[in-house]
Amino acid sequence: MSISFLIIAVLIVGSTAAAMGLRNPIHCVLTLSITFGGIAALFLQLGAEFVGLTQIMVYVGAVAILAVFAIMMTQSRRGLMLGTFSRNALVGLLTAVAVFSVLGWAVLSQPVAGVTAAVSPVSVQQIGSSLMHEYVLPLELIGLLLTAALIGAIVIAMERKEDTE
Amino acid sequence: MTQTPDQVFVILKHWLLGYVPTSVHAIASAVLSILPLMVVFPLLFAITTLLERKGLGRIQNRLGPNRTGPMGLWQPLADGIKSLTKEDIVPFTADHIVHFLAPVLLVVAAFLAYAVLPVGRNMALVNLNAGVLFFFAVGSVVELAVFMAGWSSRSKYSMLGAMRAIAQMISYEVPLVLASVVVIMQAGSLSTVDIVERQATYTGIFPHWYVFTPWGFLGFILFMIAATAESNRSPFDLPEGESEIIAGYYIEYSGFKFALFFLGEYLGMFATSGIAITLFLGGWSAPLSVLTFIPSWAWFFLKLLTLICMFIWVRGTLPRLRMDQLMNFAWEFILPMALFNMVIAGLWRFMNPGAVRWFVCAFLILVPMFVLSALLKRKKKLQLRTYSFAE
Repeated sequence: MSISFLIIAVLIVGSTAAAMGLRNPIHCVLTLSITFGGIAALFLQLGAEFVGLTQIMVYVGAVAILAVFAIMMTQSRRGLMLGTFSRNALVGLLTAVAVFSVLGWAVLSQPVAGVTAAVSPVSVQQIGSSLMHEYVLPLELIGLLLTAALIGAIVIAMERKEDTE
Repeated sequence: MTQTPDQVFVILKHWLLGYVPTSVHAIASAVLSILPLMVVFPLLFAITTLLERKGLGRIQNRLGPNRTGPMGLWQPLADGIKSLTKEDIVPFTADHIVHFLAPVLLVVAAFLAYAVLPVGRNMALVNLNAGVLFFFAVGSVVELAVFMAGWSSRSKYSMLGAMRAIAQMISYEVPLVLASVVVIMQAGSLSTVDIVERQATYTGIFPHWYVFTPWGFLGFILFMIAATAESNRSPFDLPEGESEIIAGYYIEYSGFKFALFFLGEYLGMFATSGIAITLFLGGWSAPLSVLTFIPSWAWFFLKLLTLICMFIWVRGTLPRLRMDQLMNFAWEFILPMALFNMVIAGLWRFMNPGAVRWFVCAFLILVPMFVLSALLKRKKKLQLRTYSFAE
């Protein structure tokens, strides 16, 4: 465990805890975007440049902004304050324990091969060519799905002329 | 390759590193590379503020600042001292922590973008495998800083300004990225250093800059339009709109925090111009092979200053767009053209080099451009505007 990993880990855990504990939803989103940045830093530290930078671009640049916009447009003028504990905290706790135990079981059941030699970092070019050759069908399918979602969103958001008349 | 004036800064750095014990070599090397960037670009900011005020003054038929020092040369210094000594006012209802962090985040993000900028031969701070992607990733953090500034001030004007700014930045980020994709397709690399090196070769005396190809020219124009919008400059300065919402998201900032916003905005503009130079204008390479005796870093900064002057000229010339015009322009014209440009860039790659390829691609770009603009023009009923409350 290197020092940089420790710093990043503390940052991620701390900001996630803050995102759950803070009462102002905007603060929650802002601390959550620190988490996103921390995860990106983790990817960068592992030599996955493309994934790390895409993480920042998508999550900080788009997802956090979207969340912020949604909160801003829906909350009242005085600002909405969240309670730290929700009413169904017990259900949430059970779900969290279940997810954690499944993840823990999955990790622990893997044969630990010790610390293997560092994998040579994958270049963007390799990712691109494997997307275009090996995984071209999944890529196209995801593209189709996203296009359908986009059209759906526009249809929902579109003004309906006949309703107003 | 390694003429002394060209590599003078690299040589200087290595010479200085010779005096440093090897145990702290890595840190010293990083500091020696970062410090010049953090000195040179804010200095350029100071020069640009003066240049801009002088240039705008000329365009508007007045003199511009001329009271401090000879020809008003000390004006940036006076501005700096003024903003440092001003009272730092934070609104009573503001969210103090977020209010404080917003300008800091903006400036940090603006500075980070310089990490991948090759300002001269062997003079990029880091040669990232995904350098262009790094630039856009850092640029997307700016949006969050703008939101933080607008929201934490608890003012209607800041909020409106932030909403406008974010809507604009998100809309224009798409064409900005798509316009630069053509260069990545041609260069086959996301590394800014590689992209410049591909362009720094010559046929006869002419360089292989991407701006000299049809798709590169269109890409450059689209990129510069999107970059203007991205840096919230006139004619896309609705987020600031002095006559409508006073100063937008940084209205509640005073003193040095306001100066930081100002700095961050200009640093962002320089960085985007720098990336435009890197992608389309051949980075540090000389425009003619006979001019390579002039150092590479001098070429970079000459090009940067040219683009800055262009920005000032545009600001002094064009009126501000309306919000719907701004959005329609991005989504209906720039985005389709950027997508089409990618197809042309692909075609260019698979055609034989020569004049035929150039003219075929140029023709294929011009035709859809005119068709698209004619279609868009027909959709809008152009007529004299009637005012409800004026006249």
